[in-house]
Amino acid sequence: MSAIAMETRAAPRASLLRRLSSQEVLLAIAIVVLALVVGAINPRFLATRNLSDILLGNAYVAVAAIGMSMVIISGNIDISVGALIGVLATISGSMAVAGYSIALAWLVPVLVGIAVMALQGAVIAYLRIPAIVVTLGMLSILKGGLISVTGGKWITDLPDSFHLADIELFDILPMPVLIMVGATILAALWMRYTAQGRAIYATGGNPEAARLCGISPQVTVVMVFALHGLFAGIAALLFATQLKVIQSTVPPNLELTIITAAVVGGVSILGGVGTVIGSTLAAILIAEIASALVFVSISPYWIRAVQGGLILLTVVADIVRRQRRVAGDSR
Amino acid sequence: MNVSAISAPPPLLEVRGLEKSFPGVRALSGVSFSVAAGEIHALLGENGAGKSTLIKIVSGVFSQNAGEILIDGVEQNFHSPEDARRAGVATIYQELLLFPELTVAENIFMGHAPRRLAGRLDWREMRERAERLLESLEIHDLAADRVVGALSVGNRQRVEILRALSYDARLLIMDEPTAALTEPDVVRLFKIVRLLKARGVGIIYISHRLDEIFTLADRVTVLRDGAYVGTRDVARTDPGELVQMMVGRTIENLFPKVEAPIGAPVLEVADLVRRPTTRGVSLSVRSGEIVGLAGLVGSGRSELAQAIFGVTPAESGAIRIAGEPVVIRSPGQARDLGIAYVPEDRGTQGLVRPMSVLQNFSLAALGSLSRFGFIDRAAERRLAETGVAQLSVKTSSLEQVAGRLSGGNQQKIVLGKWLANNPRLLILDEPTRGIDVGAKAEIHRIMGDLARQGVAILLISSELPEVLGMSDRVLVMREGRFVAEFARAEATPEAVGAAMMGGSGTLRGAAA
Repeated sequence: MSAIAMETRAAPRASLLRRLSSQEVLLAIAIVVLALVVGAINPRFLATRNLSDILLGNAYVAVAAIGMSMVIISGNIDISVGALIGVLATISGSMAVAGYSIALAWLVPVLVGIAVMALQGAVIAYLRIPAIVVTLGMLSILKGGLISVTGGKWITDLPDSFHLADIELFDILPMPVLIMVGATILAALWMRYTAQGRAIYATGGNPEAARLCGISPQVTVVMVFALHGLFAGIAALLFATQLKVIQSTVPPNLELTIITAAVVGGVSILGGVGTVIGSTLAAILIAEIASALVFVSISPYWIRAVQGGLILLTVVADIVRRQRRVAGDSR
Repeated sequence: MNVSAISAPPPLLEVRGLEKSFPGVRALSGVSFSVAAGEIHALLGENGAGKSTLIKIVSGVFSQNAGEILIDGVEQNFHSPEDARRAGVATIYQELLLFPELTVAENIFMGHAPRRLAGRLDWREMRERAERLLESLEIHDLAADRVVGALSVGNRQRVEILRALSYDARLLIMDEPTAALTEPDVVRLFKIVRLLKARGVGIIYISHRLDEIFTLADRVTVLRDGAYVGTRDVARTDPGELVQMMVGRTIENLFPKVEAPIGAPVLEVADLVRRPTTRGVSLSVRSGEIVGLAGLVGSGRSELAQAIFGVTPAESGAIRIAGEPVVIRSPGQARDLGIAYVPEDRGTQGLVRPMSVLQNFSLAALGSLSRFGFIDRAAERRLAETGVAQLSVKTSSLEQVAGRLSGGNQQKIVLGKWLANNPRLLILDEPTRGIDVGAKAEIHRIMGDLARQGVAILLISSELPEVLGMSDRVLVMREGRFVAEFARAEATPEAVGAAMMGGSGTLRGAAA
């Protein structure tokens, strides 16, 4: 009895500490501290123009990382998303140039994204083929197909109204940031408060236990991939409409940057743990670091090494935190 | 004095006062026995009696917490299976550890193949030595260059035995070698075992089948709950005595049975088939009744539970719930019919370890807790609070990650999450395995409470005292069928134990 009473008394302080040490809070602190430090070295880093470039240019990574987080939390992985974003951007641009209505040019890639990802999810869930194999195959198909069809040509002469990313709501809120923040909040609420969101965590945490509780891991996985396709479609629109041309390639290793955002955001690669707020903050941090390297005159080629370092740091920090918690719980 | 020391050489293997604990479980305490050269020594005990732990210590997989292992009177200190192998101990596990893509000869010499200069494999030497080994066991129908994956189970097992001999094993441990064998293969295995015995190899032979022990073994040692019970000369014992040694008799005090009024049938199953594990099973469980399902591991008890719960839906047969015929194709359907299933392995099947206590409690009730897909958080919290109180789960808070609780508290959560659904039928598969005595008593108390509230309970347990102590009726399963049924009054450990194992010949009459 006394042990229980003691534990309850200690609980509020422990949980406050735990909350402060959560991945989301740590990332937010890192974003602010990094900005202040780099700003002290080179004040131009803090110019509104630069900060908004960081956000605008990378919002699509954060949006794609929302879906990626869901996929990883459900116990899967997807390495085809970078190539898919390239394909969807090309579809969108080609339609706009070909004279289809802008609404259609925005809608079709999103639907295609949902369809492609749902198909992959169905193959993974019902044929029980590991996600890494299925999405590796899709990666090759999409990359190869894109090069073959476009011949590597750029899409130019896009109509002005096509540029979704240029829209500013009330002349002040840029669309990419609006979409990034809105999608993150909606997805976070959905993950946290709905039965379906809970099913994703349960499926990733223990698919057999989920199944025995009447949750269908198959349905859950297909749903997660379909949502991932939705976010990939939106990300593709933001990516396609931010420049005046669409290249038939995406930034190399885009899928790895997206996975990095999810993992650094606190999503456990083993499944069952993580939040989309974390992944969005991590995407912003990664973009901020890439920009900061330029402002402190370090070669931008270091960004990959920095990303790798971040992943290792996150994983090690997570293990240390877990061990400390275990030590705290043992009697 | 000197004379006797000379005339009685030390036994091939001697084990003295072996102790082994795992976190939360005492697996072995004070186990001593010995095996002489050329002796076949059987090891007998229920599931969980500590046989596997014992042989894993002797073969160097685990190291003991206390006690000694002596070979030829010399104390050994095994740190790895490699150490044990060098001392002449070889083990053949139930799951054969062979490489299916490689040949018989390659499998036999995996890890210690004959070499030529510069480390090149000497294929001819390997083949010849494999053939000599085959010859030495009088195996004439197995070629050294056959690929192992294409062999029958019996032949694969022979390859494992040859592999053990290729290390010049002097002590051979066989863990239930006949479990997967056909009758002719069993005969051939016995021939080989006797051949090895004649050559002076000591053999530890683990089996559940009493008839095999009486056919083959010289002596038999019985373990129960990790403790040494006794060793007997096979010639001077009988199946009745061995069963009694295995199951003990301390049931009445440990499991105070709560009398509950027994009502109408909740579950009725007729001729349920799901090959190969469920082969025509009929049973009924009434409201307020606890029906115990006894049987050895592999007898098909868990598979029957999974067929009823829709995990592996039945191929044929009928299920009625509260008199209504139903077809159950998924666990979700079973849940909606008021069936709850606490699976055998809480780690892999029951608990979502990274989730909080709160979220684990609500996992089976998310549908009824949700409005328009959104979970009613207040109701969810009430549900978890009720569950924690009802089952006395010891946790620092509802937000505690469930995987960090003790085994007993984890098991209470896995059971508790179903109570929120007010089930009519509760299927419990090994509900108290590996948990401490206190939590065990709590779970038994809850079972009694539920029965009194009219819940029908199907209890699967490998712990015979638990089945006998908790059940109103005991059904015995063997090889996918029911072979006996006992009312509470008739269900003695000896009778049920004999029906579980079959072949003892003493109690055949009990079979229904």
